[in-house]
Amino acid sequence: MYDIESVIVASTVDEAIEELVKNPKAEVISGGTDVLIKIREGKMAGCHLVNISNIPELKGIEMDSDGTIIIKAATVFSHITNDDIIKQYIPNLGDAVDQVGGPQIRNMGTIGGNVCNGVTSADSASTLCVLDAKMELKGPEGTRIIPITEWYQGAGKTVRKQNEILTAIRIEKENYEGYHGRYIKYGKRKAMEIATLGCSVMTKLTPDKKAIEKLKIGYGVAGPVPMRCVEAEQMARGKTVSRELLDCICENVLKEVHPRSSWRASKEFRLQLVEEMLRRAFEETVIAGGGNIDV
Amino acid sequence: MGIGTSLIRVDAVEKVTGTAKYVGDLEPKDALVAKVVHSTIANGVVKSFDLEEALKVPGVVKIVTCFDVPDYQFPTPGHPWSTEKAHQDIADRKLLNQRVRVYGDDIAAVVAENEIAANRAVRLIKVEYEEHEPILCVEQAMKEGADILHEERPDNIVGHSSFQVGEGTYEEAIKEEGLVTLEKEYETQPVQHCHIEVPHSFAYMEKGRIVVVSSTQIPHIVRRVIGQALGIPWGKVRVIKPYIGGGFGNKQDVLYEPLNAFLCTQVGGRCVKLELTREETLACTRTRHAIKYKIKAAVRKDGTLVARTFKAYSNQGAYASHGHAIVANGANIFKQMYRDEKVLESESFTVYTNCITAGAMRAYGIPQGAFATECLADDLAYAIGMDPLEFRLKNCMQAGYVDPHTKITCHSYGLQECIKIGREHIKWDEKRERYKNQTGSKRRGVGMAIFCYKTGVYPISLETASCRMILNQDGSIQLQMGATEIGQGADTVFTQMASEVTGITEDNIHILTVQDTDITPFDTGAYASRQSYVSGMAVKKTGKILKNKILAYAEYMLQKKADTMDVKQNQIVDKDTNEILLSLGELAEEAFYSLEHCEHITAEATSQCKNNTFATGACFVEVEVDIPYGTVEIIDIINVHDSGKLLNPKLAQAQVHGGMSMGLGYTLGEELLYDKIGRPLNNNLLDYKMPTAMDTPKLNTAFVELEDPTGPFGNKALGEPPAIPQAPAIRNAILHATGVAFDTLPLNPEKLVLEFMEHGLIKGKGEN
Repeated sequence: MYDIESVIVASTVDEAIEELVKNPKAEVISGGTDVLIKIREGKMAGCHLVNISNIPELKGIEMDSDGTIIIKAATVFSHITNDDIIKQYIPNLGDAVDQVGGPQIRNMGTIGGNVCNGVTSADSASTLCVLDAKMELKGPEGTRIIPITEWYQGAGKTVRKQNEILTAIRIEKENYEGYHGRYIKYGKRKAMEIATLGCSVMTKLTPDKKAIEKLKIGYGVAGPVPMRCVEAEQMARGKTVSRELLDCICENVLKEVHPRSSWRASKEFRLQLVEEMLRRAFEETVIAGGGNIDV
Repeated sequence: MGIGTSLIRVDAVEKVTGTAKYVGDLEPKDALVAKVVHSTIANGVVKSFDLEEALKVPGVVKIVTCFDVPDYQFPTPGHPWSTEKAHQDIADRKLLNQRVRVYGDDIAAVVAENEIAANRAVRLIKVEYEEHEPILCVEQAMKEGADILHEERPDNIVGHSSFQVGEGTYEEAIKEEGLVTLEKEYETQPVQHCHIEVPHSFAYMEKGRIVVVSSTQIPHIVRRVIGQALGIPWGKVRVIKPYIGGGFGNKQDVLYEPLNAFLCTQVGGRCVKLELTREETLACTRTRHAIKYKIKAAVRKDGTLVARTFKAYSNQGAYASHGHAIVANGANIFKQMYRDEKVLESESFTVYTNCITAGAMRAYGIPQGAFATECLADDLAYAIGMDPLEFRLKNCMQAGYVDPHTKITCHSYGLQECIKIGREHIKWDEKRERYKNQTGSKRRGVGMAIFCYKTGVYPISLETASCRMILNQDGSIQLQMGATEIGQGADTVFTQMASEVTGITEDNIHILTVQDTDITPFDTGAYASRQSYVSGMAVKKTGKILKNKILAYAEYMLQKKADTMDVKQNQIVDKDTNEILLSLGELAEEAFYSLEHCEHITAEATSQCKNNTFATGACFVEVEVDIPYGTVEIIDIINVHDSGKLLNPKLAQAQVHGGMSMGLGYTLGEELLYDKIGRPLNNNLLDYKMPTAMDTPKLNTAFVELEDPTGPFGNKALGEPPAIPQAPAIRNAILHATGVAFDTLPLNPEKLVLEFMEHGLIKGKGEN
């Protein structure tokens, strides 16, 4: 039995915003896979909810004429994984969200909820970071677009205001075209798991496949919010692919991340994973791009 | 028909279609809801409550605190009661406790019209405590001047025992020249049963008695303990156990039934339900004891085990529950499994701390004991450069073994055959050689472990069981057992046993799955791998009585000597020719309605079991260790069991699968964690890492089927043994793969990574 004071089922985004404005205590619920857990724990007992899970304009995946991929915020994980646009252009995102919880969770949980929850362990987050996703927020004052790098404000906190709805996540063509990506989730078991560490790598090789044109490295749980390793990325630009380069990248990355020790995992253990997962993910993206790390 | 066939479970359809009725399906819709208020300190005293705000919550009916409960201390373990005071279980808790001994101790309870009101009130109750420093480990609790947790035991020691096998002392024994000695510490972690159905009960009053419907393994014991806790005659209590969703020993303890019964009396006998959350189940019920073993051992270079001495320290947690029985049972495997040529010295302590109360969990101390003996076996073999399997063959339990203290005898011995089957399955000799000197980030290894396990609790405790059979008008029978079906398939094998003995086919045997202490004959319940052995004897005895009564009636009807006839396939037949003389249906109808000689044919018997025997077995495993990730993949695993004749081969296999799955969780991931103040950190199924289906490898099983002469049908223990050997087998395989010996459980990735760094298998990361 859930301690919920009221639920309003909105049928449009504008209606949802109106309800949120009317009641500043109201919170958004979509798939419910995070919110219901908090209510059950007593943390949100007596809450007022605005349900956005039945709003058609918040569902689906489209591609703009300029090649921008638009993922509507209330699209559930399993739909993302099985969507043709995702499969063709950004399969690494489809793989990433396919590692959330178990099948039931993936049929209910949404990508919007995953990022609005603001946690560093969200399986979509590090991949959205390397995709340089743009977050489309709609509120009483209209629409604003926030780059994902500015989205997270601290553990569990985002720039979204109480009366705003995340409507879509936009991924521009220049941020996926020509890249090969790989997300590795490290958990203590193979399903029903929260990431001990998440590592997402996207690599774009030069036309001769010998050097790196662009490299993007993202992490979840390597800090309080999902993050990119910008210095390592810069350093790798234009360099010939080799084991030595990978060593250098790892060295840089270890300077950029700042995982903490918790009872879930020590800093020492997480740092070992930061490096090892990067090695494995990077090598896979190079191979997928037609390159060879051992040449 | 009968024993040895893979009869489909008698409850399969009900369970698969969802029509089987569990406690939650039976509770009345208008039942009041009880929620327990748990302490937010681990050690101290409740000084006062402020209930004002909580009482204002609409829907709250009653709030009961530790100041309102009867002043009776009661025991909770599911042991048969002893009429000798010295052997009675420790009575060390009240329904609600003023003296707080664990974070989450039960200090008050709210009864409300619904769950929301109850939870709101619980959150609004304010408690004032006198706080003491929490005692979270055995060493701290045993220190001079440590805070006293139970005034009856000022040294915090719940139990202490020792035994010796052989002559002299360990110190004398190791004076022999040329011995290799080893000093080791092995330690196991607290884990939980994680049965699917959480503890759940409801209670109401009827004609001045309290009826409690509960998910329990031990309904007759629950009845006794409710009587003791409330200070009322045991006959005033009626306990009903419907279908239950697993127990694994957690429900071999009387958990919240007494409190539930008491709360019912506090609201005028209205029905009150008390269902724990998963978080409460993990934090406030029972766990498997964490035990530390400090061992010294000496071995001759030819592989002869010469002497061992060990001390075991068992963390009991806040309340005695099963108490010292667990570590004492675990200590037995040292003497039973291996023969020390000169001497074995054993000393065990069970100590109160402010941790969660530990109790019974599948295999009752043996998984911990076997972790120590089997790690030690490998470590000793390594120390002298011997193959660990050969070391075991040289020193392990032999045929005809008799425990020098309890006199329990191994009446049927299949241990060496189990080792042989496992050795061949895993290709031991070839792989021990092949994986010798590996390099690289992924390495493979093979490991093994052996075990023995007694069947039931005789002669430590009473073993008794009873059974009732009632002939129906159509020649079918009802079968009533005091023994409980808890998911293991007891009802199915009892049905098979009844069929075997009476000659009535299984489809005509209607077993009552519900135990109701007003109706069901007495049995102490499901634990100790006892029921197919002990309660099976009761089925056999009762079946014979019933059949004799049937044949006696047939003699009356057919005017033919009873001893010339038999019952086969629901027919009365001529014993010699098998000619069908009369159907059982015809006989029953006559017996029910005969104007001449009407008789309701029933049989009931108690069987007191004064015997015991050992089951044994082995686990063999091949692993691949991903060194930089610290992960262990099970490439191949097999459990080989010497459990006597199999009553139902498919069910036996399923039992082993379940045990192996449990053992894998115990080995690789499960561990209850606490912070500095004793607050549980991972009391939920996200953070408590039980393996999922995706983590579970193919589970191989094999059996050595020897007829045990003491078993009612040649059978012996198979309930708990499957969960014993995985941890040491996997630990030993990792040792083979990497050369690193892990001496604490669980073998989780972080522990492996940090240890591999320590051993130079992983380069350490510089601080940044």
